[in-house]
Amino acid sequence: MSDTMAPPAGNDTDEPDEPIEVVAVEQHSRAIRWMHWFNFPILSIMVWSGLRIYWSFDFTRVPGDFGDFNLLPNIFYENLDLDRKLARGLSFHFSFGWLFVLNGIAYVLYLAFSKEWKRIVPKLSDLKNVPAMMMHEMGMKDEKPEQGQYNVMQQLAYTTVIVMAAIIVATGFAIFKPVQLWWLTAAFGGYETARAIHFVMTAGITGFFFIHIFQVARAGFGNFWSMITGYEVEEVPVSSADTSDSTDTDDTEAAHV
Amino acid sequence: MSDQRTRKTMTVEEFDQRGRRSFLTGLMSLGLVGAGITTVAFQTGENDRISGTLRNVHDFNAAIWETLYSPDRLAKTFDPSEAEPIRVNGRHGVREEIDLDAWTLDVVGPAGETLDTLVISDINSLPFEEMTIEHKCVEGWSAIVTWGGTQFANFAALYPDAAEADFVNMQTPDGEYFVSLDRESMLHPQTMLSWELNNEPLTSLHGAPLRLSTPLKYGIKQIKRISRIEFSNVRGPDFWELRGYDWYSGL
Repeated sequence: MSDTMAPPAGNDTDEPDEPIEVVAVEQHSRAIRWMHWFNFPILSIMVWSGLRIYWSFDFTRVPGDFGDFNLLPNIFYENLDLDRKLARGLSFHFSFGWLFVLNGIAYVLYLAFSKEWKRIVPKLSDLKNVPAMMMHEMGMKDEKPEQGQYNVMQQLAYTTVIVMAAIIVATGFAIFKPVQLWWLTAAFGGYETARAIHFVMTAGITGFFFIHIFQVARAGFGNFWSMITGYEVEEVPVSSADTSDSTDTDDTEAAHV
Repeated sequence: MSDQRTRKTMTVEEFDQRGRRSFLTGLMSLGLVGAGITTVAFQTGENDRISGTLRNVHDFNAAIWETLYSPDRLAKTFDPSEAEPIRVNGRHGVREEIDLDAWTLDVVGPAGETLDTLVISDINSLPFEEMTIEHKCVEGWSAIVTWGGTQFANFAALYPDAAEADFVNMQTPDGEYFVSLDRESMLHPQTMLSWELNNEPLTSLHGAPLRLSTPLKYGIKQIKRISRIEFSNVRGPDFWELRGYDWYSGL
């Protein structure tokens, strides 16, 4: 990654004798990182194949006074080169769906048993921080409410996306097997309603994806890199910073954070 | 605020090394997963639209859901007043206007022997019943319709020995459209040979004089204008299966 960081052997400039030490904080456990990255191609395949299925009848009928509405115009699919291949969409969806479900179950079990769910699910008492956090995010206020690993807005987003994924899976099964799983289909208000919920939740999770990308880009490279390595540099101890050349310290920051 | 995350003091070199290691592991996994997905899911035979592996997963799914099958598990029924018009979606096998007088139904047994050749009055004399169900298309649309006809089980009872066979294979007079269904689905009380749709005789394009109707399967399995019913121990070919769809297509 960075040759510049290797200790320059035999170089007798004013480099510090001791290697520079940093405090690294574990942001994401190994299990979380694997599941996170495994989910990315699987979810992409699910959305891609799901769009092929949706396109073959892209009218989501919502009962009541809403009438019919079309979430996506044809030009959208044409630009994605989906090519009206319904059979291919169905076969991918009903195959890779299992991997999405298994990964999701593993993820939820992991959160439960590791107690890491406490990092993600917001405490009721923290919900009062939502307005202050929003003000801070929008740059209207410098100070930030006290938080753990994630601020309350992140917690809400991450919790919501887990709930949405669970609803997507449940409604997916409800429209996949409306006779065998009639009780599930009935719980979502019938076949047509379950189908509508399935698509609206998918739109929601896709929306989360784009906001997530935007926020990660804003948070910087160190934050992104921590989902690969697990650790993020929290601070360069004063002792190290003191003994090292200030330009070097800046390089360290630039290269790792 | 409690923050239980592990903190480690490490040298910059160690931090870098960790990063390189994780990144390379990730890159290799990505390569493996990508190659795996390409191999199993995207490589299709010349005459198929989906890969053999995805085809196998369809059958694997069918095996799972068949375990939930029970003749007592009925698809939801609706009040007949909720029935609505249904579109004509597929014209394979029914393009030509039907000549009702010329129509006959061949019944074939497992050894290929012709058991019977029936005319429509033979079928119409079987016990009549109606069901109002939600008809579902594999494309995603659905419509609540009332079918009128007789349970396939009533028909099968005429040929008790032949009806022991594992599959029922059916086709249109011109042979253009054909389906194959498993015995259990065919003998389910909601699987019917129908000659009425929404209380009217079937139109030519909806499958006159006799079609299959069942809420257990997508419309692609509900063959119109049946002219041949074969009880068979061989799972027959299926029009849409040959075009990449799931043979089972069960709901």
